[in-house]
Amino acid sequence: MKLKFHLHLRPLKRARYMKTILFIEDESVLQKTFREIIVQEGYQMISALDGETGLRVAKEKKPDLILLDLILPKIHGFDVLKKLKEENETRDIPVIVLTNLEGLEDVEKTLKLGATTYLVKTNYSLEEILEKIKKALGE
Amino acid sequence: MAVKNILEQLNIIRRCQRYNLSLWQCPQFLFLIMGGIIIVSSLATYVIGNRYIEDPLIIALVVIFITTLLFIIAFIITQSFERLAEANRMKSEFVGIVSHQLRSPLSNLKWVIELLMSGRISTVSEKQAEYFRILKENSERMRELVSDLLTVSRIEQGKLFFKKERISLQGLIEKVIKEVEIFSKASNVEISFDSEENLPQIIVDPDQIKLVIGNLLDNAIRYIKERGKAEIDLKKKNDNLYVEVKDNGIGIPKDDQKYIFQKFFRSANIKRHRTEGSGLGLYIAKSIIEKSGGKMGFKSQEGIGSTFWFVLPIK
Repeated sequence: MKLKFHLHLRPLKRARYMKTILFIEDESVLQKTFREIIVQEGYQMISALDGETGLRVAKEKKPDLILLDLILPKIHGFDVLKKLKEENETRDIPVIVLTNLEGLEDVEKTLKLGATTYLVKTNYSLEEILEKIKKALGE
Repeated sequence: MAVKNILEQLNIIRRCQRYNLSLWQCPQFLFLIMGGIIIVSSLATYVIGNRYIEDPLIIALVVIFITTLLFIIAFIITQSFERLAEANRMKSEFVGIVSHQLRSPLSNLKWVIELLMSGRISTVSEKQAEYFRILKENSERMRELVSDLLTVSRIEQGKLFFKKERISLQGLIEKVIKEVEIFSKASNVEISFDSEENLPQIIVDPDQIKLVIGNLLDNAIRYIKERGKAEIDLKKKNDNLYVEVKDNGIGIPKDDQKYIFQKFFRSANIKRHRTEGSGLGLYIAKSIIEKSGGKMGFKSQEGIGSTFWFVLPIK
């Protein structure tokens, strides 16, 4: 008897060590859409829907990269970023801020707090964001 | 507390800043001017009354009567002015909040459409791809409109902040031309750029100035009927850098020319030609140039073309 495999998804690009990305974002549609792409690219993705969960998961799982929205329930993105950069365990994880705020003062504030990159959601395509992620991961 | 309140009321410049209005449009300042006028007219009434009326009591009564009347009128006028200014401020704030709220669902839409188009979920047939493109174009239009509305509300609230960077305007223009290249080729429009050599650098917010040049170039390409030419010229004029964007497009009808920098204004011939466009681009462009210390203007003839220019100071 022959076994048949139907592979619907594209094969994963990287079989080696799987890097983990934590996405802190309260819009579940964005979480879902992004997961499709990120998993296909061979990363592992963890979702957090509010700032508090995001901080806790970051400490527990120590992801390789964090994508952070700014307007978040429970703890605001600015404070999440500040705390991430204060803690020894999470200080070195690169953080990409992904938001719809585009005021100059917001950009300056997050960069001062130690964010790696600041991206305005509507101004970048998914593929462009993917590129930025790879760059931040040093790939 | 009461004293503090009164002092607050008297701090005219700060109250005027709240509305982001010029001094001559500001209710508090107008009230002060009215006060001056009242005092002068009371004195005039006294002087005139003194000449024609014998009884000092009647003169005093007349003066008091006229002063009171003027005071009441002044008060009513400035009150309604203040209500208008307040309503206008709230409107800008409202537009700002609504546009910002619209951005979340818009970015959801954008990402989902991109995912569908990427073929990562399943292969996309040609027919599907065609409709996905329509979806994408329209969500893009909506995004631009929301972004323009946000910029307008920031301009009106005086909250549009400017970075200060030393840049070469020539380099910036070249960048913008590169960005619109696909669009200009698709529209059969040839862009030429002529620049003087060794121009000094200027201190501006490059993103904002890029937006202005992009807007002007986009208009030039959009309103050229079939094939045509858009010419950009950059040179030094006195203590300014002068930029000109000239097209041989449909031009602006004479009657519409005085409204061209108004918000939401779209010329009648443009509406016949193209349906999209919010009528905010030129308003935004002019505001940005003025806030950067420059000036903007244009000349145009219907059927022949338009030339938009702006100057930015070399500091």
